[in-house]
Amino acid sequence: MNPRRQKRLMVVSAIVIVIAAAVGLMLYALNQNIDLFYTPSEVIQGKEGNIPEVGQRLRIGGMVVEGTVKRDQETLAVSFDLVDTGPIVTVSYQGILPDLFREGQGIVATGILTSPNHIDAHEVLAKHDEEYMPPELAEKMKGIKHVKPSESSDYESGAY
Amino acid sequence: MLAELGNFSLIMALMVAILLSVYPMWGAYKGHQKMMAMAKPLAIGMFLFTAFAYFCLTYAFVHDDFSVAYVANTSNSTLPIYYKYTAVWGGHEGSFLLWTLILCVWTLAVALFSKAIPVKVLARVLAILGMVGIGFYLFMLLTSNPFDRLLPFYPIDGKDLNPLLQDFGMIIHPPMLYMGYVGFSVAFAFAIAALISGQLDSTWARWSRPWTLAAWSFLTVGVALGSWWAYYELGWGGWWFWDPSENAAFMPWIIGTALVHSLAVTEKRKVFKSWTVFLAIAAFSLSLLGTFLIRSGVLVSVHSFASDPSRGLFILGLLVVIIGGSLFLYALRASQIKSNGRYGLVSREVFLMGNNIFLTAATLVVLLGTLLPLVHKELGMGSISIGAPFFDQMFTYLIVPFVLLLGVGPLSRWKNQSLQALSKQIMIALGLSLSAGLLVNAGFEQSTYMADLGLVMSFWVIITTVMEVRQRIEPQVTAGKYSIWQSLQKLTPSHWGMVLGHLGFAVTLIGITLVSAYNTERNVRMAEGDSVNLQGYEFVFKGISQLQGPNYSADVAHVDVYQNSQLVSTLKAEKRFYPVQRNVMTEAGIDSGFSRDLFVALGEQLKNGDWSLRIYVKPFINWIWAGAFIMAIGGVFSISDKRYRMGSLARNASSAKENPKNLMEQTS
Repeated sequence: MNPRRQKRLMVVSAIVIVIAAAVGLMLYALNQNIDLFYTPSEVIQGKEGNIPEVGQRLRIGGMVVEGTVKRDQETLAVSFDLVDTGPIVTVSYQGILPDLFREGQGIVATGILTSPNHIDAHEVLAKHDEEYMPPELAEKMKGIKHVKPSESSDYESGAY
Repeated sequence: MLAELGNFSLIMALMVAILLSVYPMWGAYKGHQKMMAMAKPLAIGMFLFTAFAYFCLTYAFVHDDFSVAYVANTSNSTLPIYYKYTAVWGGHEGSFLLWTLILCVWTLAVALFSKAIPVKVLARVLAILGMVGIGFYLFMLLTSNPFDRLLPFYPIDGKDLNPLLQDFGMIIHPPMLYMGYVGFSVAFAFAIAALISGQLDSTWARWSRPWTLAAWSFLTVGVALGSWWAYYELGWGGWWFWDPSENAAFMPWIIGTALVHSLAVTEKRKVFKSWTVFLAIAAFSLSLLGTFLIRSGVLVSVHSFASDPSRGLFILGLLVVIIGGSLFLYALRASQIKSNGRYGLVSREVFLMGNNIFLTAATLVVLLGTLLPLVHKELGMGSISIGAPFFDQMFTYLIVPFVLLLGVGPLSRWKNQSLQALSKQIMIALGLSLSAGLLVNAGFEQSTYMADLGLVMSFWVIITTVMEVRQRIEPQVTAGKYSIWQSLQKLTPSHWGMVLGHLGFAVTLIGITLVSAYNTERNVRMAEGDSVNLQGYEFVFKGISQLQGPNYSADVAHVDVYQNSQLVSTLKAEKRFYPVQRNVMTEAGIDSGFSRDLFVALGEQLKNGDWSLRIYVKPFINWIWAGAFIMAIGGVFSISDKRYRMGSLARNASSAKENPKNLMEQTS
């Protein structure tokens, strides 16, 4: 091989190795960091036949059931129920809830399934919008009426 | 009435854009001087019409004309006057008007400041910018017209601007970001013009380089401002969330960084030509993709004001035409591009190529992480989300070899570098940065290995940069020709641009490393008089007071911070309620400092009257943004280099013909 070709071969093989390594690492990282999205009824009844296993990391989106938000008296621990079309899943969380977390509102939580109907969340999201529903949930609930948060919820009249 | 004039003005701008994209291009094809000369007046006309439309919309905002649908949706009579000016780009329609206005500004700038560029090239470049303009005027007029009226039944008052956007950061973030995004259209236009003409020598790189650097600098500032805004406005204390909207701005930035470097190689060494053209196309395509991702509503984030499928479809169509068209042209012409420079396996070219590869890989990682959830969903495989850990992990892998090359590149020569001399320098730099990094990190309590790694990398960049400057001035100083100070002054501005760019990167890296490793946060429940200790700071909750703002009411938490029983700061964290949008907003109380930020955000009131609070101590977080500003200043330095100034350019070109060696000396 003449030196020029040899050089090209080196460069090309270096690129191939870098790309292969990058793809490999990427797939590995992806494998660990993909969270599947479920609604409460999918957690209980399964999604396309797959019921999530206890210990699995997942994302759940649903409406907060009115009157189910329970706070610990001493700490910031809080728990609430989520619902979409029937079954209920309880979420517990330690920390400060987002500004727009309200009963009757759609939220998304990411966490670990600790028992078939209980999730330990490390992240709770609510959108900065009065009528927000997670898009995944909105799709699942097509045709079902969106229950608006009641106008006299404690949150607003109490705090403001 | 003004709204109708604005609408008419937009239509006129579209007509001018059509003329601009046809006449000069046709003139350049036919070699018709007069047609080519029309490019400049048409560019000015396009700017004037768009600026007038923009003025009309601003007028409607300032005078609370709620019969204009867009104003009714994004403003309110109680909105403070300065936010009425910025609310113009606070929603979907208006932000596109700003986008287009900025495109016109860039087009105008190219038309006015390119006296040294051949008329033919300039005509083509402006025509291509006109074509991009057509797409966006059509988009506005057909799917999202900011001047649509709500007649005859218009609301008495507006729906108000999203409280998140009622903030100083929002006044400057979008224009900066758009200046960057849209600025890449100039690099794109130069690349396409070069492809059309078939004249793919390195001159086009020299012409487009200052424009690309300008766009890159703006984008750097824009991204940094966005991150800063998220930090103090969202109330979570984070500075980067890998949110799709952030990724959309980050991808063009990474590719833009690769482009800036690749352009330098093409200009100086006449190699990587087709790669540079490809990067120029990619940078603008990713800017468009970002616009599409955010505006079409396919991704949900703070930025997705309105989701309307017809808009998404239109932008997607535009994307296909622009990206597809330019890649097709590229495919036709790329085989003709000849890179005639030679370089050895150990040379600055190769190191720069390596860095380009890593930057491209990083872009692909972000692209994959952003688009995969979309693809996954469209394929019917269910909704997924890809969390921040994925990006963090990938960037940790990528940054180590990247930083290594970043240090070695400037130290080595163009064409061929002796491995022996280089490895000696590498060993010295490695030894110094290892000891400096480990020593500094040992000063922190509970130091982590990741922080070791990050600090060593930062010092590696700083030390190699300093070594490079020293190596550059050393011959003159030892020869006794100049003093150190004089020879430092003799370095070209573009050289200082590189030095500042790399030092800025190191500063950002230090910030990221230290804040990731030593950030401490506590979510606490506090009653009046309670206190919390965090990293030697004592936070005392003094209580809550009420506040009435112009268009909101707020609870304000007063927190005193003591260090060694000395009062350091009194923080005010607000929880605002905006009645028009029925929105609650957290306004964090932050005490910013050189080596740390104290951050308090108010949570909610709990049943027994206690409040929940988020308290953070964030070491060196300001370095992240300071580094970005240093990088942007580096960009400005590079632009100011004499050789881009138009008169000298023509002289260089002529002297280069007479004496090619002269040019070699000057540029190497």
